[in-house]
Amino acid sequence: MSEAVLDSGAEAPGKQALVEDWSRDKQVFGVPWGKAMMWIFLLSDTFIFSCFLVGYMMVRISTTDPWPNPSEVFALEAFGYPVPLLLIAIMTFVLITSSGTMALAVNMGYRKDRKKTFWLMVATAALGATFVGMQAFEWTKLIMEGVRPWGNPFGAAQFGSSFFMITGFHGMHVSAGVIYLLVVAFRVRNGFYEKRGGNYEIVEIAGLYWHFVDLVWVFIFAFFYLW
Amino acid sequence: MAAEGTQHPLKIYWIMWGALFVLSTFSYATDFMDDGALRTSLILLFMLAKAGGIVWIFMHMGWERIALKLAILGPPVAILVLIGLMSLEGHYVEDNRLQHYGGSTMEPQTPGHH
Repeated sequence: MSEAVLDSGAEAPGKQALVEDWSRDKQVFGVPWGKAMMWIFLLSDTFIFSCFLVGYMMVRISTTDPWPNPSEVFALEAFGYPVPLLLIAIMTFVLITSSGTMALAVNMGYRKDRKKTFWLMVATAALGATFVGMQAFEWTKLIMEGVRPWGNPFGAAQFGSSFFMITGFHGMHVSAGVIYLLVVAFRVRNGFYEKRGGNYEIVEIAGLYWHFVDLVWVFIFAFFYLW
Repeated sequence: MAAEGTQHPLKIYWIMWGALFVLSTFSYATDFMDDGALRTSLILLFMLAKAGGIVWIFMHMGWERIALKLAILGPPVAILVLIGLMSLEGHYVEDNRLQHYGGSTMEPQTPGHH
């Protein structure tokens, strides 16, 4: 292993890179600490959401009552017909769109284009808030139809507890993300990071969190709504 | 050092963005299929393709060093073991319930009639 490789931060080929990174008596990952910490936080969050989804799988398998058909429960009336999962599909597209604007914001951050970064992050937060609003509508609709954490008129009682727990925890993440993004966006605009060496790594770190929220929704959509 | 591999041309984001829209449309389309192994595999296929794209391109994992890739993407593999164990346990509990309490007598309403 050569000093030049370590100093330049370039990566040795293959397994050698792994050995060198872990054995060089300094920070392992070669990324800013904030980014490494965000990744590790997201890893722990992955386990939390996995536990929820595995718990949902377990109660759905073990109940002898019929499971409510999400396709019908989440259908909305449109053009005179019930369209299955209509709102959920729209929510999915809203979240994907917000992931796209976030990816562009990260890129603009590295180009130090503060104005574009700010507006793209505000757009991302606005789409996130739209998502939470639609989720509130979905919750209201289900609660008015009699879905409760302890029972519902459509089938197995565990449906309600799984639904409120999983989508509630995800919605809480989205809400926290909206606040986080707005804080960073306004700091980008008012020059907060210029005083700290003009480093816009924080936009990427906030972006990691936001993409993760979208990532979790991909799994919730597949396992809870489609399965 | 930090900016290494982070200033890509925007093209890759537009492609990924478009791919996510197309894959989500496909995901949604599976809801109109009949239940079965084909539908289940398509749900999983589109889910994994979307998740992979988000992690690899949007979260830049594809450009990170192998030490970080393994530290973050390695541990979630353990979840597969949990899924396997809990699915076994779930079927066992269901069998016990059927054997001792009998089948369900619930007659659920169809949703959406109020």
